[in-house]
Amino acid sequence: MELQYFLLLAAALFCIGIYGLVTSRNAIRVLMSIELLLNAVNINLMAFSNYLDPSGIKGQVFTVFVITIAAAEAAVGLAIVLSIYRNRDTVDMEQFNLLKW
Amino acid sequence: MNLADGVQIVSFGVLALMMLGAALGVVLLENIVYSAFLLGGVFISIAGLYILLNAGFVAAAQVLIYVGAVNVLILFGIMLVNKRQNFVPLRNAWVGKITTAAVCLGLFALLGTMVLATPWAISTAPVAGDTSTVVIGMHFFSDFLLPFELASVLLLMALIGAIVLARREFLPDALEREETQQPVLTLPERPRELASAAPGSPDRTLGTSPTQRNV
Repeated sequence: MELQYFLLLAAALFCIGIYGLVTSRNAIRVLMSIELLLNAVNINLMAFSNYLDPSGIKGQVFTVFVITIAAAEAAVGLAIVLSIYRNRDTVDMEQFNLLKW
Repeated sequence: MNLADGVQIVSFGVLALMMLGAALGVVLLENIVYSAFLLGGVFISIAGLYILLNAGFVAAAQVLIYVGAVNVLILFGIMLVNKRQNFVPLRNAWVGKITTAAVCLGLFALLGTMVLATPWAISTAPVAGDTSTVVIGMHFFSDFLLPFELASVLLLMALIGAIVLARREFLPDALEREETQQPVLTLPERPRELASAAPGSPDRTLGTSPTQRNV
């Protein structure tokens, strides 16, 4: 097993997440794409932790922090989506132009 | 990891295929409920990859937090905004999609070139393996103590913030509906004077009857 395989896999997942983040029109799908991005970063951290720093595994510590922040982000993001849905009666990202000039 | 190299490579391939296929399904499928369930598949595949990377603790945390908490939260969000709505088609939407796909492929090519061209300093130190939980705990309570405590404060802030954001505001029409429903919810009891004066119930006229004791 090589480090490069994991890094390429994480890069592919990151690109899929970016594509979904930009092209999705459902706000909840955008949140799911953000989770994909965070997981791609986690795979990178874990791969580096296993191959470059196998005895003092600091990458796993960072991964636990990223998982924590991702959980908080999902909760607050879904609360924001629910609030917007209650006000605007839609989850279409193209109609969320509250802060656009 | 005690597995042989061939087993590791085969399981890596299977997990990678599962993860990429499920991630493409998350992004490309029309029905968002399917996307949410495929997101759980992505998370489980990533947990398998963590086990391949000698990190059992983080794999368990991944399954618990992502599959158990975040995915269920997203499913609840989908159910709460359950509105069957056909989005208004945009003009020239395919231009944006093709441009985004090109940019993403270019980004992947750039990252892949960087990954393959960089001489990584692969360490030959002994792998922590099964003692990784102990090592992570030592890190949390020695050199990562401040971020650990800050993460707990951040979770508390996110908890309160999510409640404040998602709380339903007090609406006047909701109040009216509540008042109209109020008589329905009361117990169908007769008034106390009628019950105590009703004929044919001699025990109610006794002094030990609770209705009379209360009067």
